[in-house]
Amino acid sequence: MQKVLSLNGLTKRFGTVLANDAVDLDLHKGEVLALLGENGAGKTTLMNMLFGHYMPDDGTVDVADRSGHMAPLPLGHPQAALAAGIGMVHQHFTLAENLNALDNIVLGAEPLTRIRRDRRRARAKIEQIMKSSGLIAPLDVRVGQLSVGERQRVEILKALYRDARILVLDEPTAVLTPQEADALFENIGAMTGDGLSVIFISHKLREVLAFSTRIAVLRHGVKVGEIATADADEKVIARMMVGADTPVATRDKMTPGAPVLQLKGVSVRGNSKRDSLSDITLTVHQHEVVGIAGVSGNGQTALAGLISGLGRADNGMIVIDGVEIPRPDPKVMITAGVGRIPEDRHHDGIIGAMSVADNMVIERLDDPEIQSYGLLNRAAIRANADRLIKDYDVRGPGAEAGARLLSGGNIQKLILARVFEQNPRLILANQPTRGLDMGAAADVARRLLEARARGAGIVLISEDLDEVLGLADRILVIHDGQLHEAGTRDRQAIGLMMAGELAGELTKEPT
Amino acid sequence: MMEILQILLSESFWAASLRIATPLIFGVLGALICEKSGVLNLGIEGIFVAGAMAGWIAVWAGAGLWGGLLFAALAGGFFGLIHALLTVPLGLSQHVSGLGITLFATSVSYFIYRTALPTATSPPRIEPFRPLDLPILSDLPFIGPVLFQQTAMTMLALGMVVLVWYVLNRTALGVALQAVGDNPDSVDAQGLSVYGLRIGAVVAGSALMALGGAFLTMSAFDAFFFGMVNGRGWICIALVIFASWRPGKALLGALLFGAFDALQVRLQTEVGAMVPGQVFLMAPYILSIFALVIAARKADYPRALLTPWFKGQR
Repeated sequence: MQKVLSLNGLTKRFGTVLANDAVDLDLHKGEVLALLGENGAGKTTLMNMLFGHYMPDDGTVDVADRSGHMAPLPLGHPQAALAAGIGMVHQHFTLAENLNALDNIVLGAEPLTRIRRDRRRARAKIEQIMKSSGLIAPLDVRVGQLSVGERQRVEILKALYRDARILVLDEPTAVLTPQEADALFENIGAMTGDGLSVIFISHKLREVLAFSTRIAVLRHGVKVGEIATADADEKVIARMMVGADTPVATRDKMTPGAPVLQLKGVSVRGNSKRDSLSDITLTVHQHEVVGIAGVSGNGQTALAGLISGLGRADNGMIVIDGVEIPRPDPKVMITAGVGRIPEDRHHDGIIGAMSVADNMVIERLDDPEIQSYGLLNRAAIRANADRLIKDYDVRGPGAEAGARLLSGGNIQKLILARVFEQNPRLILANQPTRGLDMGAAADVARRLLEARARGAGIVLISEDLDEVLGLADRILVIHDGQLHEAGTRDRQAIGLMMAGELAGELTKEPT
Repeated sequence: MMEILQILLSESFWAASLRIATPLIFGVLGALICEKSGVLNLGIEGIFVAGAMAGWIAVWAGAGLWGGLLFAALAGGFFGLIHALLTVPLGLSQHVSGLGITLFATSVSYFIYRTALPTATSPPRIEPFRPLDLPILSDLPFIGPVLFQQTAMTMLALGMVVLVWYVLNRTALGVALQAVGDNPDSVDAQGLSVYGLRIGAVVAGSALMALGGAFLTMSAFDAFFFGMVNGRGWICIALVIFASWRPGKALLGALLFGAFDALQVRLQTEVGAMVPGQVFLMAPYILSIFALVIAARKADYPRALLTPWFKGQR
């Protein structure tokens, strides 16, 4: 097969994070290459370098021209990528919603100095492309009024209008219904017959196996494997994605006590499927860590919002410590004994402009120890801060310094100190170790297990399967707004369930 | 009531409305172009002063009326460029930079005036644009005096409404401009320059604003006075919202404000004995606020307005 694209040793650093480390990748004519990997594996970064949005720190790209001759691509310029016949459909659509589809497609293809636009010719060309590709979208309606599937087709038409010979699709089906996704891949299949080459990013194993011809897997910014789809099955790919086993933290056996959290038939209708929950049931007991594994965007935000009191259920019942909470809000939940460790610790966990000491008492400002008649007792706040800084080893410029000056790990320690000092009955830990170094992550794990030993129930929401396996007494998988008991500690089986595969067959005891 | 009706039916009222609206038409079109690209330009008030000053002093120095207009546009473009460089590639606060430009452009204009004419007690007068006297057209009943006995600058302003509408809606440049104000990523992904489009829009828009200022010294009056802009720039910022970023509605909004203003002057002489004059001075502004409240609910904001965009960060 004729080679049309080769990435050679592409490397990209963001600060100290190595997003891509010397990635090599080839693409052949008429091929559908699936780029697979967990969140943060560096798939999108790699494609953004190819399309010129990012400047690689190292490496080169060669692209075949029309005659099939490979030539180096000037990097860092989307215009150069477009001219070389590379089209990219971004995960977040790059459409101007105040313009119609026709204008969006033609945008940038005609010189800006032209006084009269030849809309008739543009329309004829687009209609021709729609006919041959099967991608149909209304051209005269404002894009803001189109459905997500239609917008996606407009995005692809944009690339095809620029005569793309290589099409990059970043998670093209993430926002599509299954029917729309299947139709899209059928269209892609038709187009590759005409010589188009396609790279698509995905973490849905089913569509990767069904529609790609070759699979490349990225993990932690490194290409860890490549396999012809014909030779692959779900087990092989899951192992490549998740990687070798890592040591599991030790955890004493404990007998669960009374239930501290019960969600009964709870549904949340969010703005999209990604922040919705459908009819979930969850029980967390004393002395128990319940791990919620899943790929982000499957309803974790809605679940965390519910437990922290930021969101409300449309249906169902929330019971904490045997008492139903009819109208949850953050204050009600804190009073009921819920400790919250939020996902975005910089944004939701602290108020950066306020001091470390103030952040440590911010959830109990009506505590008489902290204030009397609305006046803050600064000495008590300071004493509290000095003690917690010592106990929880919060390192930084001091109790009176702005909390935003702390590093990520120390911000997390601040939050742990604030939460654990209240002896919560229930702890919501949402991605508690994301982005932390190993020492800080181990510290968080130790504190969570201490709280468990003390009698708290813990909901651990994490994308990191190793973390869930290491800490959780019981594992549930969240997918598409639904919770399923994993019923197993087998990494591959859980990995498959996270990808929405075989959930029914693997569930031994459905909740 | 009869008095109001009489005023509304008079030629002079409508002629005055259009005359008062002319600088606002330039200003609101200029602000519209800037904001369509995603950049708020609060430098408008100062750019009006700079345009008034630059146009007038150029004519006084012998550049001719059209040379004066060109000079005013260049002055506006210059301050627009400063604002654009600060807010587009550097991504600084558009509010702060805009207010800074207003203070800067106003003071520089006064400074140049004092430096050029250190001893003058009253500013030298120039020969401004004269009312048109077109064959047939100017002699038409009603329409003649209202429309065709205005100065060439009013004609220019009306022409600009058509031109801006055409460019925005019928040219590739206009489509790209609308896209960059809605979602800069759409422009970047198609290989166009977000910075280039935004800087160009702010410079062009600022040049138009300056023509609004030049109208004051070169058509409405014949000399430059301190404080003569008197908030007209701020009115334009409000009118853009009223117009929902459409050139046709921008013309309508400017005319409406002009009509309020013309009406209050006339009402003052009719019923001034009963009501304090200040009430009439306030009236156009209060009515603008009401019009704004009603229109702004449905306003079609450029989605990327006020949001800086940086290359390589997505």
